[in-house]
Amino acid sequence: MATVELRFSALPEHVRTARLVAAAVARRSGVDEAVLDEVRLAVGEACTRAVGLHQNSGITAPVKVLLIEEEKQFSIEVGDEAPRHAPGDRAPGAAGEDPDAEMEEDEMGLAVISGLVDDVEVTAGEHGGSIRMTWPTASPVVVLP
Amino acid sequence: MDLSLSTETVGDRTIVRVGGEIDVYTAPKLREQLVELVNDGSFHLVVDMEGVDFLDSTGLGVLVGGLKRVRAHEGSLRLVCNQERILKIFRITCLTKVFPIHTSVEEAVAATD
Repeated sequence: MATVELRFSALPEHVRTARLVAAAVARRSGVDEAVLDEVRLAVGEACTRAVGLHQNSGITAPVKVLLIEEEKQFSIEVGDEAPRHAPGDRAPGAAGEDPDAEMEEDEMGLAVISGLVDDVEVTAGEHGGSIRMTWPTASPVVVLP
Repeated sequence: MDLSLSTETVGDRTIVRVGGEIDVYTAPKLREQLVELVNDGSFHLVVDMEGVDFLDSTGLGVLVGGLKRVRAHEGSLRLVCNQERILKIFRITCLTKVFPIHTSVEEAVAATD
């Protein structure tokens, strides 16, 4: 199993970098060229969500992206350190000027990921959450002597 | 690639030509542009997305916000897009039912329904 790990400060300008790196590693891992656009979009959505969660929670820790090359599959895991609370448990005014809009964008991001990726796992807990997305890869071509 | 924006007025329609990538970093610029147009009295917008290389949910959110603003003034927001990879995002989120999507600026400018 080969892994590339990327950590970046929770800033919007770094999400594009994460997309580019993820697409490059996915291509190298054998993910179908036709699916690379989806990989790029899905990892961008996951990173955007993580950046938003860190910024809204005032977390200075970086967002973590794992690009995992396995046999016959390629996975991307985007991890955040934002603690999850029960709905309605957020302090008034603590989540920016328009919490409803943020919530809508968050849900839209997850909707896009769910629509794009068949194999997706979303977890969240007191110490943060993660989105793990997996795509099949082409079997390596073996050239016989 | 950054975001490029330009506007042109055709009759009572304002065409907003967008190029580059619309994501969490660049989407605020598009939001500012749409808000400014509506504040200046442009309520019939045509957003030409033929030059857009990448669009994510943040960009979708900005377009939905723009639609809400123009509708508050009985206006319209039409999109021009022929790129399958961009159209796919609108389909996944069912926003094809919300936005009129045209194949050319001319068609969008002429549309009245």
